[in-house]
Amino acid sequence: MSEPAFTLKATGRLRRRQLVNQGMGALAAGAALLAVAVLAIVVISVGSRGAGSLNLAFFTQNQAQGFNPKGGGVLFAIVGSVMLVGIATLIALPLGVLVAVYVSELAPPRLARVARMALDISNGIPTIVIGIFVFTILVAAHGQSALAGSIALAIIMLPLIARATEEVLLLVPSSQREASLALGVSRWRTTVQVVIPSALGGILTGTTLAIARVAGETAPLLFLTSLGTSSTADANPLHPLQSLTLVIFSYSDQADPAYQSKAWAAAFILMCFVLFTSLAAKLALARYRKKLGG
Amino acid sequence: MDKKSVLERTRGRLDRIGDPALKAITFAAAALAVTVLGLIAFELVRGSRLAFHRFGLGFVTSQTWDAIHNHFGALSLIFGTAVTSILAIAIATPLAIAIALFLTELAPKPVRALLGALVEMLAAIPSVILGLWGILVLGPFVQNQLEPFLNSTLGFLPFFRGPHSGTGILTAILILTIMVVPIVASVTRELFATVPPELREGALALGATRWEMVRGVLLPAARPGIFAAVALGFGRAVGEAMAVLMVIGSQIGIHLSLFAHSDTLAARIAGQYNGSSTNLQTSSLVYLATILLVISLAVNIGAQLLIKPIDRRPRRRRIALDRAFEAQGLSAD
Repeated sequence: MSEPAFTLKATGRLRRRQLVNQGMGALAAGAALLAVAVLAIVVISVGSRGAGSLNLAFFTQNQAQGFNPKGGGVLFAIVGSVMLVGIATLIALPLGVLVAVYVSELAPPRLARVARMALDISNGIPTIVIGIFVFTILVAAHGQSALAGSIALAIIMLPLIARATEEVLLLVPSSQREASLALGVSRWRTTVQVVIPSALGGILTGTTLAIARVAGETAPLLFLTSLGTSSTADANPLHPLQSLTLVIFSYSDQADPAYQSKAWAAAFILMCFVLFTSLAAKLALARYRKKLGG
Repeated sequence: MDKKSVLERTRGRLDRIGDPALKAITFAAAALAVTVLGLIAFELVRGSRLAFHRFGLGFVTSQTWDAIHNHFGALSLIFGTAVTSILAIAIATPLAIAIALFLTELAPKPVRALLGALVEMLAAIPSVILGLWGILVLGPFVQNQLEPFLNSTLGFLPFFRGPHSGTGILTAILILTIMVVPIVASVTRELFATVPPELREGALALGATRWEMVRGVLLPAARPGIFAAVALGFGRAVGEAMAVLMVIGSQIGIHLSLFAHSDTLAARIAGQYNGSSTNLQTSSLVYLATILLVISLAVNIGAQLLIKPIDRRPRRRRIALDRAFEAQGLSAD
């Protein structure tokens, strides 16, 4: 019996398996790097083109009228975006919470499944289709208005808020509900005074995520609220208002570079808002989940 | 004593109204959410009736879109939608799975959360901003670098021939890929995280390399979920209007070349609905929206059915809770 040749170096099949393993690891790392690189390129190219055109006037003035597109700012679009998203939130937040309470606390299992499925399907409907829908039921008869745009955004937000709320309601420990019931508190009081308050943080961060999402919506607003007509600040939701997204879209295909640089600046503002709010909401949500032990 | 009993009596009455009232209000809200879904379908079908009467199902197989002669068909738009979405999801899926693997298996622990957040930030960028970037930054790169390169290396294929242009199918595919990758990656990442550690450890203990563990354990365990994630990403790509409208070139016609201009269902609706000159054109655009709705419903319901088996636990918990309520005689059922 001779001693087997002992080597620490893998050979043959094992060597090949290790090489494949390393190769796949490198590919995975490369893919992750690519995604981060694309994010960096988008953020840097918007930042470098947009930040230069930012000044106080950009936030506090309206588009200059006449033949000088360089002057002025996008106050009207900022006001419009705030109005559109604000009203949409006022509509979608209470409705979304009610739907979630029904689905997770009160509904018989079968109805809950139907409602949940409807929410998920609504979530998958292309936003442009929702735009057409609101156009036919509202704008065709009453004309364009920010309210119509807000309703479209609310339809987009509702399933997002309802699903996020449902998720945190399920994270609220049953022991809290049971303790409340054991004290003889009725079911609705338990829901309103025990379950919802302890889920409130999660509900609000879910809503913030939904706000970040619809603040960037353009397609459903195209036919509902004004596109490229008014450029004065106005806060009446019954008037057609502009939004930052519509301004980016309509300035982006203007030949005059002054408009393009304004589109970049508006894109920069919007991107900062969206990225900052969604990141903050995600961090808060992660901490909240940990707190409830989900 | 007297006062307290009054309080208790009113409180009891409030509670008697409160339970059914809460149930009724929340039910109404849920019913509204379901109704809106039905109403959307109803209004779209109603709005497309004119075009349906005129063109019937032949609308789907006709290539023309001619506002002057009032003849409309969806085929080239369906083709554009299919090519851009399918190729985007085909590029995005392996990338997204690779990213998810890196984030759950390979990346050093402290980096994971940060990288995951960065990938999700990519999903948060509004589509109109990606469109703007697509026209003014990606477009010139596609025209001056990518298309000449593809043409010189793969030009023997019909897909990579023709005049170079910053706008067109190729740019749209790249933009859609950027939009879809983070969606599929973040769902896939959650799926991998839910695979029980014993399975991983078992494979590794048997001497599998990490990649063999991934291929033999992780991917099969997550497979139905990954299909669902891909379906959701595909639905998103099909429904994207703005970014595609801005970069695809808005032209009717079916071309083999990826360098050619084209158009998709969603982009055509976004581009023409405001300027539509006749009722028939408007109705044809709503017809397109109906087709879009049908596709996205099919994709989404398919995805739901795939995810369903994963979604059991919360329900069981809720039923247990319902029983607890009923045991107290408090259920309003």
